[in-house]
Amino acid sequence: MLAYILRSLAQAIVVMLAVALIAFAMFRYVGDPIASMVGQEASVADRAALAERLGLNDPVMVQFGRFVLGILHGDFGISYRQGRPVADLLAERLPATVELAVLSSAMALVFGIALGVYTAINRRGVVANLLMTLSLVGVSLPTFLIGIGLIFVFSVELHWLPSFGRGDVVRFGWWSTGLLTDSGRKSLIMPVLTLGFYQLTLIMRLVRAEMLEALRSDYIKFARARGIPERSIRFRHALRNTMIPVTTIAGLQLGSVIAFAIVTESVFQWPGLGSLFVQAVQFVDIPVMAAYLMFVALVFVLVNLAVDLTYFALDPRLRETEQTMVR
Amino acid sequence: MSVPVLSVLNLRVEFPTRRGSLTAVDGVSFDIMPGEVLGLVGESGAGKSVTGAAVIGLLDPPGRLAGGEVRLAGERIDRLRGEAMRRLRGKHIGMVFQDPMTSLNPLMRIGDQLVETISAHLDMSGDAARERARVLLSEVGIPAPDLRIDDYPHQFSGGMRQRVVLALALAAEPRLIIADEPTTALDVSVQAQIIALLKRLCAQHGVAVLLITHDMGVIAETADRVAVMYAGRIVEIGPLRAVLAQPLHPYTQGLIGAIPTLDSELDRLVQIPGSMPRLTNMPPGCAFHPRCPRVLAPCRTERPPQIDVARSTAACWLYREQAVAP
Amino acid sequence: MSMDSPLPQRQPGVLRRAWDSDLAWSFCRSPVAVGASIVAAVMILAAVLAPWVAPHTPFDAATLNLMEGFSPPGEPSPVSGRVFLLGTDGQGRDVLSAILYGARVSLLVGFASVLFSVVLGVSLGLVSGYVGGRTDALIMRIADIQLSLPAILIALLVFGVARGLIQPAYHEEAAIAVLIVAIGLSNWAQYARTVRGSTLVERNKDYVLAARVMGRPVTAIMREHVLPNVVGPVLVIATINLALAIIEEATLSFLGVGVPPTQPSLGTLIRLGQQFLFSGEWWILLFPALALVLLALSINLLGDWLRDALNPRLR
Repeated sequence: MLAYILRSLAQAIVVMLAVALIAFAMFRYVGDPIASMVGQEASVADRAALAERLGLNDPVMVQFGRFVLGILHGDFGISYRQGRPVADLLAERLPATVELAVLSSAMALVFGIALGVYTAINRRGVVANLLMTLSLVGVSLPTFLIGIGLIFVFSVELHWLPSFGRGDVVRFGWWSTGLLTDSGRKSLIMPVLTLGFYQLTLIMRLVRAEMLEALRSDYIKFARARGIPERSIRFRHALRNTMIPVTTIAGLQLGSVIAFAIVTESVFQWPGLGSLFVQAVQFVDIPVMAAYLMFVALVFVLVNLAVDLTYFALDPRLRETEQTMVR
Repeated sequence: MSVPVLSVLNLRVEFPTRRGSLTAVDGVSFDIMPGEVLGLVGESGAGKSVTGAAVIGLLDPPGRLAGGEVRLAGERIDRLRGEAMRRLRGKHIGMVFQDPMTSLNPLMRIGDQLVETISAHLDMSGDAARERARVLLSEVGIPAPDLRIDDYPHQFSGGMRQRVVLALALAAEPRLIIADEPTTALDVSVQAQIIALLKRLCAQHGVAVLLITHDMGVIAETADRVAVMYAGRIVEIGPLRAVLAQPLHPYTQGLIGAIPTLDSELDRLVQIPGSMPRLTNMPPGCAFHPRCPRVLAPCRTERPPQIDVARSTAACWLYREQAVAP
Repeated sequence: MSMDSPLPQRQPGVLRRAWDSDLAWSFCRSPVAVGASIVAAVMILAAVLAPWVAPHTPFDAATLNLMEGFSPPGEPSPVSGRVFLLGTDGQGRDVLSAILYGARVSLLVGFASVLFSVVLGVSLGLVSGYVGGRTDALIMRIADIQLSLPAILIALLVFGVARGLIQPAYHEEAAIAVLIVAIGLSNWAQYARTVRGSTLVERNKDYVLAARVMGRPVTAIMREHVLPNVVGPVLVIATINLALAIIEEATLSFLGVGVPPTQPSLGTLIRLGQQFLFSGEWWILLFPALALVLLALSINLLGDWLRDALNPRLR
């Protein structure tokens, strides 16, 4: 068990270093760090001096090392566009994205599993088929259109919900939350639905497919041959066995919600990391792009670790040690 | 004359496909008396497993029962649906499948799986059920059942797992067990043990067995009577000794002849030329006639009925005299 | 022995076999598949033939009349009396024609990026499966990364980096090419995985070893033995990916980092239409949105049907 954890941790560190390398390459070689710091009029000599001072003439590995050390100290450079430390920008916008991501993932998980189980059990029912067709439509609908559609219905026509921003937020130190105010909660509804919708259809289809697969398996056949009631077969046997692949895949999906938030944040002008990233791409603000990349990688790696551990807890076959194997 | 525990009459199973309906089981009839072991033997694709699935009501769709009767201790069960059929399964008819690796739920302790089965059918709860589970485990020969009852399936070897499967099938004390290739997936050394166990348990509990297999050796060890299936039909059925010593149907003769023995002087195995016809391409008359070394004129056009010959029955025109005689 | 006639019969031609095949049978039986392909075919055809089919030329400034702007769909403009089937936008551009031209761009980028992904993915898959070893491990690792990251993120990154590397003067010219590469790079891994799987299976077969001993070039082996096996799955993936690519492009254009404004795609039209949501000129947004959804949905349905039809386990 310990070996398992250590191995996962080691892999995580390797991935982070690889991503750091890419981020570093972006920083150093795409765009011109010197040009963004000095004006057009600076002379060649001035630039050379600046290059020397920034250590840009040192061997690549040394520069990379410095880069990594900087990251570990929370130094992500200065935004080309805004002139402020990227770390500050990240901290400002992080709570908005995290709140959005967590809430939409939770929503997608709960409803996705419920609907997935329902459509698997009632395979030929009218409602089930309707849901499957809707889910197919959902996969074909771009997220931004869903967002716009919601805005049209609930903001333009019904005037129930605000169409942009977070509303009023309550601050705790550097964190902020919209859950404690009425306008904050109202502002959350549509973005959460928009962001979660794709996840929901994905999870629903996944749960359905896995459950149908489980219901076809031999041990289910044997359970039926033993006269186990259908209800038990569905929930004690099939569903439990479905949860393992679902946890893995859904878990990994949740890791990428942070990145999926890019589109939703743009539609609703949500002041989060996603919209920050889009602006960075538009203005070629390399430090912000690189920092965002690292942040997403970190989230991924952490989620992967969590999924690995959950998998371990769920599947007894992984807990095998030498002693319990008996012929 | 006691009532047979299982009585199958003219069973037909069809699979509708886009090319029309395929008949996988075509007019199969047999009886099994209480405590008897009937071996159902034949090549792959002969329809043995489908027959077994049809009896217990677990046909894979689109397969369906298209005709005939299935009676359990005299009562018709082929028309039962849903809940009524479920109550029969496990309690009156048990079934054992081929692969012990996949028959058990990998995420559930075997004790829990046993208790689940027991409490679904017998009026027992919690501790009583668990105690019975322990007893069952020791009956099937699992050492240290108190410890192993909380183990997961992957912690057992193949042979042990099949023992657990047997325990599960017997848990609710059914009167009939359908064993579909119970030893095929096991090591040869373990096969004999499992077969012996099956025989012993069924004798002890008075359980009848429908033993489905392609392996004549297994039949020879265990069965009281044998039914030989070919292309969805039963070609011969009779007491074990009679069928083995004096097979009536040419197909059975071919099967027996194909078994290598230590004292034969042949240096080549006897083969039946050709292969079993595909369901989409069934020949008219007797299904075996294209391969039959003793084919007669009526075989090509008319399907032979089951003809009583001595203590057996054979579906073969060779015995037409006996059919006509009063 | 066999009951068949003793004379060998001529193999029916490829077309006849295709018509008789299970695939064609289940296609004709599925109203969804037939409906979806008709819709998709009509839209694609209309888009390709846009310069000839469109009633107006919305992106030729000389033909625009500002006074015709904001004409509701189907009603004659109060100034010129012309009727625009789907209305006009703020500049007097005919929405229907804009959609046709826009769909053209969307489809161009979509098809081209799928082609890019297929070529890249299939090649890498072949190399990975055949060469094995460290190359295989490396390629598969990179594929894993692509599969776990959202396509939007990859495309945005590639786009951003390209922007950083290319001189601002060339940004507009290169935009479409960069977009195609960006979307293509975000979707190749599935092909690579599938092809690698097939290659691994074939590589170890005896006839391949025999061919290698005889000195047949590797490329010939690939072409003759591996590629035919993967055409089916690749086709399924490609169809579904086409819908995804179209949506991805629309999203990028909507975000403002897609096609340049001089060659608007459906995504651009939606972005432009969004500003009129609150002021009541709903048609400027709705029709391009509908067109996008119809296009993606019909292609998706086709791909879904194709996958089920080619799946041996569901037959």
